[in-house]
Amino acid sequence: MRLATPEKTVTFTFDGQRIKGVPGEPVSAALLAAGIKLVARSFKYHRPRGIMSAGSEEQNALVTVGRGTAQEPNVRATTLEVSEGLEVFSQNAWPSLKHDVMAVNDLVSPFLAAGFYYKTFMWPRSFWEKLYEPIIRRAAGLGALSGESNQDTYEKAFAFCDVLVIGAGPAGLMAALTAGRAGADVVLADEDTAMGGRLLREREDVDGKPAADWVVEALAELEAMPNVRLMTRTTVTGAYDQGTYGALGRIAGGRAAGKPLECFWRIVAKRAVLCAGALERPIAFPNNDRPGVMLASGVRAYVNRWGVAPGKAVAVFGNNDDAHRTARDLAAAGVKVAAVIDSRDDAKVEGDFPLYTGAEVIATKGRHALESITIKTGNGTRVIRCDCLAVSGGWNPTVHLTCHMNGRPTWDVGIASFVPTPESIPGMVTAGACNGAFSTAACLNEGAEVAAGVVADLGLAAEIKTPSADDAAYAIQPLWAVEGKGRKWIDFQNDVHVKDVRLAAQENFRSVEHMKRYTTQGMAPDQGKSSNVVALAVLADATGRGIPETGTTTFRPPYVPVSIAVMGAGSQGKGFAPERFTTSHSASVDRGAPMIEAGLWYRPSYFPKEGESHWRQSCDREVGYVREAVGICDVSTLGKIDIQGPDAAALLDFVYTNGFSTLKVGRVRYGLMLREDGHVMDDGTTARLGETHFVMTTTTAAAGLVMRHLEYVLQAIRPDLDAQVISVTEQWAQFAVAGPKSRELLNTVLDQPITDEDWPFMACGAVSVGGVAGRLFRISFSGEHAYEVAVPSRYGESLFRQLVAQAEVMGGGPYGMEALNVLRIEKGFITHAEIHGRTTAFDIGMERMVSAKKDCIGKAAAARPGLLGESRQQLVGLKSKGVDHALSAGAHLFDKGASHSRVNSKGYVTSVCYSPTIGTHLGLGFLENGRARHGEVIVLRDHLRNITEEVEVCDPVFFDQDGGRARG
Amino acid sequence: MASLIALTPCAGLLPLTIGAITVTEVVPQALTSVAPFKGHKKAVSEALKAKVGAGLPALNRRSGAVTWFGHGVWMVAGAVSVEGAAVTDQSDAWAVVEIKGAGVEDVLARLVPVDLRASVFKKGHVAKTMLAHLSVTVVRTGADSFEITTMRSMSKTLLHDLEVAMRGVAARG
Repeated sequence: MRLATPEKTVTFTFDGQRIKGVPGEPVSAALLAAGIKLVARSFKYHRPRGIMSAGSEEQNALVTVGRGTAQEPNVRATTLEVSEGLEVFSQNAWPSLKHDVMAVNDLVSPFLAAGFYYKTFMWPRSFWEKLYEPIIRRAAGLGALSGESNQDTYEKAFAFCDVLVIGAGPAGLMAALTAGRAGADVVLADEDTAMGGRLLREREDVDGKPAADWVVEALAELEAMPNVRLMTRTTVTGAYDQGTYGALGRIAGGRAAGKPLECFWRIVAKRAVLCAGALERPIAFPNNDRPGVMLASGVRAYVNRWGVAPGKAVAVFGNNDDAHRTARDLAAAGVKVAAVIDSRDDAKVEGDFPLYTGAEVIATKGRHALESITIKTGNGTRVIRCDCLAVSGGWNPTVHLTCHMNGRPTWDVGIASFVPTPESIPGMVTAGACNGAFSTAACLNEGAEVAAGVVADLGLAAEIKTPSADDAAYAIQPLWAVEGKGRKWIDFQNDVHVKDVRLAAQENFRSVEHMKRYTTQGMAPDQGKSSNVVALAVLADATGRGIPETGTTTFRPPYVPVSIAVMGAGSQGKGFAPERFTTSHSASVDRGAPMIEAGLWYRPSYFPKEGESHWRQSCDREVGYVREAVGICDVSTLGKIDIQGPDAAALLDFVYTNGFSTLKVGRVRYGLMLREDGHVMDDGTTARLGETHFVMTTTTAAAGLVMRHLEYVLQAIRPDLDAQVISVTEQWAQFAVAGPKSRELLNTVLDQPITDEDWPFMACGAVSVGGVAGRLFRISFSGEHAYEVAVPSRYGESLFRQLVAQAEVMGGGPYGMEALNVLRIEKGFITHAEIHGRTTAFDIGMERMVSAKKDCIGKAAAARPGLLGESRQQLVGLKSKGVDHALSAGAHLFDKGASHSRVNSKGYVTSVCYSPTIGTHLGLGFLENGRARHGEVIVLRDHLRNITEEVEVCDPVFFDQDGGRARG
Repeated sequence: MASLIALTPCAGLLPLTIGAITVTEVVPQALTSVAPFKGHKKAVSEALKAKVGAGLPALNRRSGAVTWFGHGVWMVAGAVSVEGAAVTDQSDAWAVVEIKGAGVEDVLARLVPVDLRASVFKKGHVAKTMLAHLSVTVVRTGADSFEITTMRSMSKTLLHDLEVAMRGVAARG
């Protein structure tokens, strides 16, 4: 029921029903205004539940928003803003909210107490995962995900400030005003749609005017300060090391306006002032969960801020003076107050409504909505008709953030609750209700004083100027649970009641942490915001201890649920990793080449031609280019490291197994690099461009690793060496020109023709390409007469297109990764498929490359026992029986006749291909004592792909074993 | 003989304007990394001062054409040669863009995890940091402008990330 006719409304739907809301209000307010009491079914027993609060602590009113890809479950109706066309659905009910089949759980509830599942579904053991758990999970649950990929956009962002003020109630506003006026860089974050906290929700005066008016003035002053940043709809979710705070920002308008839905902030603050306020706690009385039973502060918020009466006849039940404030506000708004029930004998309150002191609510009635309550007074029991009951069990300071770095709060007997333990979070101080100071005047004062202290710490001077306000004392007499027939709910979100906690104690789960896990109290989206202290008090009572001795569970981040989507903002789809493109990328894509990932790079797999229906056709053709004519391949992705300095050669001698100081200027040498543990790290060629100038190439995958290794060696192991290393991978576009006609082709693009005499195998040097200074290396990864030509990257695309065009004229063309792989397997050249981190120079047959004349990284470790000899699995070639017998990488190798089981495995296959040159399938692999077994026939078995083949063990170099083609 | 056509790292991708923010490509005449050998830092700095008008600035700083670029290495905008240092042509290795406009800090706050507030990160300040998943060098070039340098091969990802952040900020109005 609305207390006044709104000026502007929007229409949204709840389970298909059209409902009018007022812009700025939460869905919960609109539902209450429309008289809708039943909004949800509870987690375990599917009990009818209504709206309980008016904030992010809401336990009951969880709803699903939107549908399809935009579906979002478990949204609190109390923090969800109404908007035109919004679709809201109830959850955890079937077929409908009113007629929920699973409500049968409630009828058998005596059997479903805490621990029921653990005790009942014990055997047979295999049934738990396959049968019991899925059924239980389906019955007990919250909202569901759509199963479709999320299409919304999210953001992550970073902010920095001198002072972060968390919460914009009276304390937070005063803290921000005080720090802002002193000139500090301030961020004021508040989770509500409007700043002001309880000042917007209570009827009281600040500085002689209505509190809401004072808030408007304070915000206007803050907005005018360039050093203050106001962040509404932003919940600070966690406190982390070094003054870093996580915060979840909801973006007004969101999806509909083409904006990101949410933004996850990391705010780094020199100091923080926590002004998070307090959360009202319920009282555990019988059947206290009926729709219509609400927290008194929530009732006041709906009446005072949004002009919505949550009921026609409202009763109020409490153990402190705040309950009376509720009755007073309701009466002032013209809402009928059915009764005020105060558990304190000495309560004094005046008003035009029935007052019962020393009384308790012992029963409630109404299936889908509250109809009446039964109270017990000194004079017996009495039934009171009401459709809403406002409950106040007192206030719990919102200490959560102070516990995020392992701090434990301190019990305060005066307010019967926990308060923050000072210095729990370095750099953070607390003020106002979250500190146990509950009156408005106390909040305003603490906010100003604490902020003044903080800015003084930062070397600024603040003036403390506090407005006048209500300063009534907080009078409370603890009341946790009321005895009586029926369940007395403590944790509404997890359906935990008083008996569950007592049962936990009885079964010796007496530690609060054990009780929590036994009953599931304090879990789920609200993380026990409202229930923790009550549950603790009941446990303390059941175990005969005081509350401080019983202890408390701690609070972990996040303070409110944070979607994984917002934490992974920007990383959806291809945002997961950067994409690196070569200069020839478009030229390759233009030719229809499927691009495959190599690290972050994209490289062409093969270049299909018309009439080819299978990649093998393209690959075989491209292999033919290189073996018979000339092929072009972009090899720019290989790491290139420029090494200069008086000790450049000494550095190379130290990191490579073989010597480089003996390399002549203008020559290239193949090098093998070991890790400190003696296993192979990487391989590649290094060219000597000058006496003190080298350029090293690495494999594509290990470019970053090798660069890091060199920097580590220079900084940590050999700081005596005077050499500098810098990556030039991106500076040069480099292309392999491979095949018998490679020199002929190069001579069409080079400004000066080259000859075999000037450019023998493994020569390198400067060349001029169309007037551009380039580099030429006569190296070969295919075993053919081949070169790599490099030009500055700006010319890469242009040179690639010209090389390819020229190659095609000569009966060749571009080749991709598939052909490159075939060419190198035919030659027995290794890649990281072979040097995968567990193989040594000995294993790959290169132990003679470990120079005896000098030391190098990994040399000593490679000579350890067990890393040499017959027991090692050694690199071998594997030849299949013919074209119809494909091999598979990853398969294991077995002796003929041995069973194909793990213990009999003699090795494994690392690379396979079909070789058009040799006309059969080839493989490389590692076989125990393999080098002594050339010529033997063994068995290859792939259990995953179900392939069994006999293969002949041979030398890994299948083609042109004397290397004449590369030199010729 | 070949006839080669030059393309810049962001060719065909820039300029880009969304809301009040514009991204343009910066194409330096040349970029040269200078990494002094042991004991030569002072001499290299003086030589550079004579040649390009600025010596080697401190860590995280730019001075004229010379920008600190990492551990023991500086990037000079221009083609230079100096004795006593590893001098390497880097003209084609880097994509350099300028992002400029009112609220530019709000865009970068969505991508860069360092404090870029004007009071902290002043003109000529340099940060080697991350922009989303990219390694970048960020330099403040003015009250509302920054220069961002990343590897040439990742220019598309850089511009994609900037665009998404710019749209997010612009949509808020």
